[in-house]
Amino acid sequence: MSAIEYFIKNIGLVLKLTLEHIEITLIAVAISTVIGVAAGIFITRHQRAAAAVIGVAGVLYTIPSLALFGMLIPFIGIGLKPTLIALVLYSQLALIRNTYVGIIQIDPSIREAGRGMGMSNWQFLGMVELPVALPVIMAGIRTAAVMNIGTATIAAYIGAGGLGWLIFRGIASVNSDQIIAGAVPVIILAVGVDYLFILLERALTPAGLRR
Amino acid sequence: MPPTIIRFDGVSKVYPGGTRAVDDVSFEVFDGECITFVGPSGCGKTTTVKLLNRLVEPTAGSIYLNGQDTAGTDVIALRRNIGYVIQDVGLFPHMTVAQNIALVPRLRGWPERKRYERTEELLHLVSLDPAAFRNRYPHQLSGGQKQRVGVARGLAADPPVILMDEPFGALDPITRTQLQDEFLRLRARLKKVILFVTHDMDEAIKLGDRIAVMRSGRIAQLDTPRKILREPADPFVQNMVGRESGIKLMKLLRIADIMDPAEGMTIPADSLSEAGRRMTEAGKDILLVVDKEGRFQGALSWEQAVRGNRSGGEDLFGRACPTAEAGDRIDATLERMLKHERIWLPVVGEERKLQGVVTMTHFACFFAAGEVPSGEAS
Repeated sequence: MSAIEYFIKNIGLVLKLTLEHIEITLIAVAISTVIGVAAGIFITRHQRAAAAVIGVAGVLYTIPSLALFGMLIPFIGIGLKPTLIALVLYSQLALIRNTYVGIIQIDPSIREAGRGMGMSNWQFLGMVELPVALPVIMAGIRTAAVMNIGTATIAAYIGAGGLGWLIFRGIASVNSDQIIAGAVPVIILAVGVDYLFILLERALTPAGLRR
Repeated sequence: MPPTIIRFDGVSKVYPGGTRAVDDVSFEVFDGECITFVGPSGCGKTTTVKLLNRLVEPTAGSIYLNGQDTAGTDVIALRRNIGYVIQDVGLFPHMTVAQNIALVPRLRGWPERKRYERTEELLHLVSLDPAAFRNRYPHQLSGGQKQRVGVARGLAADPPVILMDEPFGALDPITRTQLQDEFLRLRARLKKVILFVTHDMDEAIKLGDRIAVMRSGRIAQLDTPRKILREPADPFVQNMVGRESGIKLMKLLRIADIMDPAEGMTIPADSLSEAGRRMTEAGKDILLVVDKEGRFQGALSWEQAVRGNRSGGEDLFGRACPTAEAGDRIDATLERMLKHERIWLPVVGEERKLQGVVTMTHFACFFAAGEVPSGEAS
């Protein structure tokens, strides 16, 4: 089991790359969430823009990642910056759509009651819409996070660092131990984050919405 | 005349497509009044009510609340001053019953202690046990319980005016009747101005001090239930009232409305020995025995009086004489008379004080004329 030997021998490097990978993903998810949730809320207030905004996010989502990196390099260069931009763009569909759907699907009678009782737009958003939509929004964040872990692996190609670096180096030098030492942590990371978010989703779901 | 609380002055709502939802409507609502708005769907009754809390803005005319033009008031403050209860309740699913009820007080910045006490009070008021219901979530409630919470929420900040948009429309008939009865009980306790929308004429008759019958954005007739039943303004209103207006009127009347006062028919319990003589003099077959406070004790027939005189006994009248309450519905009283095989009943009020007598003749007059026999309306 030379892959394990490689792993043990290079534990410092693997850990450093794993942390890098987590860092890239975390920053990307944080930025995407702020932008995506804000955009999602915006289109619930301006429904005529909804189809267009979700459409654009959908188009961005379909662009192959290497092609997107390729498009960004001439303008922004290589490294962390184009990587984050790409990851944020990819995440938008899941975040905008989930935020939008989560809020729009709230029963109209709840909306009417809230307005009729004299809640301001912001009060209704903060006290009713966001808490009720939270499970759906969390599902969007989870999708984005898991996707970002995968896409960030490819971003090593444009010098973003992270576990992808090991995989690409391994491929280039035909070193399957090195490939495995990069691939296995990525898999664990993706599955682990997915599970973590499922737990988080459950914990954040208001008690009244749990059935 | 109580002061005017709400005034609609030539109010219209025309939607961009040209639909006239409300068409030049004017009316006044006085303090303590409950107006029921009734009409077929699309007649503008809900829109009319929503114009008051500005969920719908008028395209013409003015609406005044306590003399102030609502168009000039802050819409958020306006709504927090008007209770709002809707058919689908609209409870916030992530909040407990208590949190739902205390929402407007919370928005108004009431301290927590006061909110808690108010919630307890309101849960009692709508007949929900606070200990059992305070911490429940909406999905753990039945339809009737949800609407009780909805009503409590509408009353939470003690608003002087309450809008109720078909609040009992989605409930099963038994629960609906129950909540209607509780609504009447609540109304007697809380002096509120209520605008109540319903598509059910019977509900409108039962709950409203006045009824606004609406058709295509206009008020066809705004009057008391009795007036609407007896003198519908046009065939449309007549049609809304339906066929059994006499029966509906009967449900509306109380026994006090058709009875005769008991004057000249009573005898104090301490002068029973004179009963026989008095009956013979006045040509009466029956006297009603009352104590010093005027409380009904029983009925005394001429035979009993004469026999009692001979034996010297005072305790000779039938104590188990059935009675009617002054506030009873007259159909319920008729039922009671048939059950006890009586052709007359003494009518008692608070503390069983004797108020009058109702006989089959009163019913016969009522059925014949469809109204109160002359000279009685008390």
